[in-house]
Amino acid sequence: MVLNILIGIGVALFGFILQTSVAGVNRKIIARVQKRYGPRWYQEFLDIFKLLSKRSVTHGWIFDFGVIMALGGIIATAMFMPITSTILAFQNYDNFFIFVYLLAVGMLGMAMSASGSGNPFASIGVMRALTTMLAYEVPFMIIVLTIINLSGTSSLSGIALYQQATGNNIFLIALPLGGIVAVLSLMGMLGKKPFETYIAPAEIASGPMVEYGGKQLGMLFIMHEITVFIEVSLFVHLFLGGATNIFEFLIKYFLTYTAVNLISNVNGRLKIDQVVVFFYKWPLFLAIIQAVIAIYFGWVI
Amino acid sequence: MKSTKFTPARHLTKEEIDRKWWEVGDYFRRNSLWMLMYCTGCCAIELPPAMTSAYDMERLGMGPMATPRQADILLVSGYLSLKTLRRLIYTYEQMSEPRYVVGLGSCPINGGIYHDSHAVINQLDQYIPVDTYVAGCMPNTESVMNGFVDLMEQIKNKTAVGWKKYKDNYEWYRKNQIAALGEVDIHDEFHE
Repeated sequence: MVLNILIGIGVALFGFILQTSVAGVNRKIIARVQKRYGPRWYQEFLDIFKLLSKRSVTHGWIFDFGVIMALGGIIATAMFMPITSTILAFQNYDNFFIFVYLLAVGMLGMAMSASGSGNPFASIGVMRALTTMLAYEVPFMIIVLTIINLSGTSSLSGIALYQQATGNNIFLIALPLGGIVAVLSLMGMLGKKPFETYIAPAEIASGPMVEYGGKQLGMLFIMHEITVFIEVSLFVHLFLGGATNIFEFLIKYFLTYTAVNLISNVNGRLKIDQVVVFFYKWPLFLAIIQAVIAIYFGWVI
Repeated sequence: MKSTKFTPARHLTKEEIDRKWWEVGDYFRRNSLWMLMYCTGCCAIELPPAMTSAYDMERLGMGPMATPRQADILLVSGYLSLKTLRRLIYTYEQMSEPRYVVGLGSCPINGGIYHDSHAVINQLDQYIPVDTYVAGCMPNTESVMNGFVDLMEQIKNKTAVGWKKYKDNYEWYRKNQIAALGEVDIHDEFHE
């Protein structure tokens, strides 16, 4: 049991280091897209440690406690994440629904803390984040339930093993319409550009993070990196067939995040009502068509 | 022949340990400076080329930030009227320490072309401490970038201590602020 917990903490730490490095490399890639030189690849580490080294103010104990709850909740979620089919801290506990429920703890901690600051921009940001969540979860859930129906299991490593079995394609190819929906939902989850409404630095002054500075902001950055690790890893396991060894995982992870980032950086930002209408129009439509033709007609590539 | 005896370990005092940690922090702080741009004057036009592909501020780890809480540098570009000075003081006091101030152009130094206006303050240094000035009306982009590199050098040499000066000489700064503004913290329905 102690060993399992240690492996789990190792997975969370691995996720933090991996995502922070990948995010730094991505900043460089985006800079090259914009014909700039770009920061050093470890710039994100410098940012986080700088924030932790600063002095910070508090806005009451809810403000501080919410940050700790957010970070703790996200670390607890990351502990359940399988990296490959064998590197897995808690056997039989890598169910998809565990991630859905535990991710909410971190998000609600952040929402509570941001509301505790008393800034109206923070309240607007939290409201927008929850609205965006409501928008992308419906099509994403339909596709994931289709996958669970097809593979007969809701465990992430089980779904990954199902895709690795001979004769089965990865679900991004097997369910092409669902793959499109999944990429769009992933961009919504990560808060990438067309769906960036709840950060919106020029409009609502970075939304939920408006009153954070110093150590609390540093902890939120760590939380954000681990959240991105969880969401991209979910995509890798559900749609890209997981990984048989760690290098395969790293390659798939890097390609997924970079592709999403590149799409994001040639887009503008939608308004919040446009985000909701968009997700309830095309992705939901495609997701339902995909579910019907995959489950009732059995047409899977 | 060298002695094989171990020399006894020298115990560091608390001040020395604090100083060492502060130096480690300074490495991170000078390589990741986030700015809050307080663009009141015409010098702000020099910032877009500094941030985009011509000079690319991000390669030094710098970037614009949305709120004073998140920022390290308060960048005052241009003249300050009495109305904006009050907001500048609010903004400066909201930033988390260590915080640095960069004055852009000649207006924060001596008033620039507005030196004889009744509505404009002449020396920013009287009201909040300024770490680096970039002189010129307006300074070109190379000197803006040079100013930031100077600030990094100052942080490395521990001479960017404006925020400490503000704490130690708070009475003096407050006296000047009150002399210029009459009342710094306004209590009405818009500022509660």
